[in-house]
Amino acid sequence: MSLSEVSLEEVVDTFEFLDDWEDRYKYIIDLGRKLPPLDSDEMVDAFKVRGCQSKVWLIPEIQSDQIMLRGDSDAHIVKGLVALMLLVYSGKTAADILSVDAKKILGDLGLSSHLSPMRANGLFSMVERIREIAANAG
Amino acid sequence: MNGVMETAARKIDQSASGASGLDVESIRADFPILSQEVYGKPFTFLDSAASAQKPKCVIDAETGLYEGYYANIHRGIYKFSQDATEAYENTRERVRSFINAKSTKECIFVRGATEGINLVAQTWGRQNIQAGDEIILSWMEHHSNIVPWQMLAEEKGATIKVIPVLEDGSLDMDVYQDLLSEKTKLVAVAHISNSIGTINPIGPITSMAHSAGALVLIDGCQAAPHMKIDVQDLDADFYAFSAHKAYGPTGIGVIYGKEHLLDAMPPWHGGGDMIATVSFDGTTYNDLPYKFEAGTPNIAGGIAMATALDYIENIGFDKIAAHEADILHYATQRLSEFNSLRIIGTAPEKTALVSFVMNDAHPHDVGTILDRQGVAVRVGHHCAQPIMDRFDISGTVRASFGIYNDHNDVDRLVDGLKKVMDIFG
Repeated sequence: MSLSEVSLEEVVDTFEFLDDWEDRYKYIIDLGRKLPPLDSDEMVDAFKVRGCQSKVWLIPEIQSDQIMLRGDSDAHIVKGLVALMLLVYSGKTAADILSVDAKKILGDLGLSSHLSPMRANGLFSMVERIREIAANAG
Repeated sequence: MNGVMETAARKIDQSASGASGLDVESIRADFPILSQEVYGKPFTFLDSAASAQKPKCVIDAETGLYEGYYANIHRGIYKFSQDATEAYENTRERVRSFINAKSTKECIFVRGATEGINLVAQTWGRQNIQAGDEIILSWMEHHSNIVPWQMLAEEKGATIKVIPVLEDGSLDMDVYQDLLSEKTKLVAVAHISNSIGTINPIGPITSMAHSAGALVLIDGCQAAPHMKIDVQDLDADFYAFSAHKAYGPTGIGVIYGKEHLLDAMPPWHGGGDMIATVSFDGTTYNDLPYKFEAGTPNIAGGIAMATALDYIENIGFDKIAAHEADILHYATQRLSEFNSLRIIGTAPEKTALVSFVMNDAHPHDVGTILDRQGVAVRVGHHCAQPIMDRFDISGTVRASFGIYNDHNDVDRLVDGLKKVMDIFG
């Protein structure tokens, strides 16, 4: 199963259904396992997201007016969060990306309370990077 | 593991006074935060190497000042200013005896060890380091004992040389001997590594440096809570430590320097307190130690630092060392139950911390799962990226132990790691 078979709505529904922290983490880890890994020559500083405690890479590709994102991390749980970010943002136009209320989505998923602050910082660094990509493309 | 019985027996043994004679139960009762729960689990604090928790007496010393006799110190004519000045200056004598300095003039109060090292780099360093000179560091240094010297070396055209670390985490003393030359002006090394726990042979390091005509700065952050420091016995020229790692408050620490060195050094920060007279024709500077202490200091922190030093010395470093050796032994033994776990740093002389990596999970994954079980560890490079590169890893999980930790804490760590294995293994 690849990430394209999962929708953000499904993730939100599943999260509501899973009330145990361990199951939620396992689900996030599974999401990450659906991400195709980046090639090692793509894991370069230019694509690295600063402010994450583990290594995170995000690579944008603009196809007509859509911004397609690929990403990876060296940590399992963070890789799952990268997958979540791609579900939220990849394939949208720059304008749509900039209009997404990321804090609300993460809040709906309960991620701000279920992930440690450092993780949350990593998530918000990813959001900032994606918004920066969109702002530069727009 | 030899079964439940043995584990239970260990717990009973530990819940009394333990092999070391340290009454951990009564020590734990001194630390209010340790009775907290996290996510409904007992708070298991294994991050003292980053910053230790504070006993009630230290907390009370800070609030006691603010509620009882707070006023700015030095030069105050009224009672509370004089009381606060006396309490703050008594700390200096407390620090002097804690590290066995010859004089209180040698004990400069700073925000912490980082500021202390920067002070030496920016005053002694800028005055004495020239193009072509060499500064020797080690591969296991904290960034705070690397970057200030890189900044100085860049400004002066000096060179940084690095003592390699052997596979077990010890310094390669043969290479150190070879690195020393007449070009060497300073050797700056940690007393104890914050990332892998190695206790370095400071006596030999210092005498070898002195034979080559170089001075020595010791980063004593990790040593202060664990062992008796004697700057005269070590013959250190400079010695830095922070109170917050020794059960004291944040924002206060000490840079020790031999008096003749401090005397010859120019001041660093300009401002109130560090001057004798100020006029637009010229300013003259105050005597030691005040020459290096511009502005209103961390008064409450200083006073509470003395309380923290009293607290640990009353417990006694002999008992602390025996207790921590026992925990290190137990933790090392229990962690070796995991085949997929590799301990980084196995030097024979080691403080009570275990740094490790696991095959199946990234340190951040391990730390996140442990957190949900109430177990607080540090993950990442521990502000010591070069030593991570040395072992070809991006980071470790670090469990570090203090006077309030016991075998139960190690058991909770091990139980937490079993959960990590369930999830990632």
